[in-house]
Amino acid sequence: MGEVKGGLSMHSIIDAFQFIGDNPHLMLTKTLEHLALSGAAIGVALVIAIPLGVTLGHLHRGSFLAINVSNIGRALPSLAVISIGIGTLGIGFINVMVALIILAVPPMLTNAYVAVDGVDPDAVEAARAAGMSPAQVLRKVEIPLAVSLMFAGIRTGAVYVVATATLAAIAGGGGLGDVIVNQASYGTPGVIAGALAVTALAFLVEGMFAVIQRLLTPKALRHQKGAAELFTPLIEGT
Amino acid sequence: MLGSLALPIAQGGGPVIPTFQRGSDCVRENRQFCWDWFSSHWSSTFQPRLIEHIELTAMAVGIGFVIAFATALVAHRWNWAVNPATAVFALLYTIPSLAFFQLMVPFTGLTRLSAEIALVSYTLLILFRNILTGLREVPPDALEAAQAMGLTPRQTLWRVELPLAMPAIMAGIRIATVTTISLTTVAAFIGVGGLGEPIFNAIQTGFKTQFIVAGVLAVLLALAADALLVVLQRVLSPWAKSRAA
Repeated sequence: MGEVKGGLSMHSIIDAFQFIGDNPHLMLTKTLEHLALSGAAIGVALVIAIPLGVTLGHLHRGSFLAINVSNIGRALPSLAVISIGIGTLGIGFINVMVALIILAVPPMLTNAYVAVDGVDPDAVEAARAAGMSPAQVLRKVEIPLAVSLMFAGIRTGAVYVVATATLAAIAGGGGLGDVIVNQASYGTPGVIAGALAVTALAFLVEGMFAVIQRLLTPKALRHQKGAAELFTPLIEGT
Repeated sequence: MLGSLALPIAQGGGPVIPTFQRGSDCVRENRQFCWDWFSSHWSSTFQPRLIEHIELTAMAVGIGFVIAFATALVAHRWNWAVNPATAVFALLYTIPSLAFFQLMVPFTGLTRLSAEIALVSYTLLILFRNILTGLREVPPDALEAAQAMGLTPRQTLWRVELPLAMPAIMAGIRIATVTTISLTTVAAFIGVGGLGEPIFNAIQTGFKTQFIVAGVLAVLLALAADALLVVLQRVLSPWAKSRAA
């Protein structure tokens, strides 16, 4: 079997940091690839999911679609989606991006729908009584009140994308998965270094959306505790 | 030692020359989907992998449930245990799966044990949180009634709290199961079989039909398991109204 180097000891964590120090160019390139892939997928998923979820929520329509899409989405195995993507679209960046979009849309869409749909009807009523048009009600009342729940979905989806983009390496999509997969070239320190980088990136993206959420939340609501926790599995069985 | 597993495609992503040996025109030309190949390879290539996939998943969720359940009971009784347990489970949950599977190999080899250790680890956070939340959300009235009827704490737990926590527990099992089905696909990277194996093999050959069949089977398995657990959830907690959202 050849030599088996290292396991999970403090020593190997130090080796991993050493690996990052010794290979700054590799780590930077792969991190940027990872960010480009995740960023593109998150961006497209946002453009699809948020307007659709907000519109359906505003109209209080399509609850069946909006709710069930997340149940089905949660069940989709990521590698299987990527595999179907390779089979139909071929190997490379685009196929992985499409797969990541498919995985990111459900939590974003469902949360956007539930957030807007669930805005206090009294608040909407009051806004209408004050003479606001439907567009104004949406922009000035419904969306601001829905921000925290909406962002819970965005953050879940974004973290999922960053973590799953690791699998892109298998499908020729590049990213930090390339370092993790190539134990043959980079050894155990490389695997751990790649894993640490992915985890750090996930926290970073999560933190970034948390900041955006805070900026978008109306001042009066900011003291409230943020609705989203990083890895909150959905408790409700819906 | 993982040299044989290193994927050539990971580097360049260029086209792979198909080596599907002899076959129909469809197979040799690697067309979009070859039914003839699928039907002749179902019993040799896919059915055994599907069964392996179900075995790996069931074992992981089963073991994970036992650990999470015991930990949740402890945390329910002694509140100080909640944070350390959550921290450990959350830490395990954040390890990227491709790395986790590989990192187990130096300890336990290219074995099912390696895969199961990682798979079980990923179920713990989901199951622990759901079981604990279920137990905590039992209405105080129900607990008071149990006490008034003279039930011991143990009886209260088994006859009142756990039945009332059942919807949340089942929801946790459901999420843990579909998550594990997904991660088991990745586990094939360390050669433990399951539906990921034909996917990784297809990466070596570029054979489209194999990608699609393996992917679709894994998706169908996940959706079927999800649906089955919804039904089970209703059966086990008939009083809980199924409400949307």
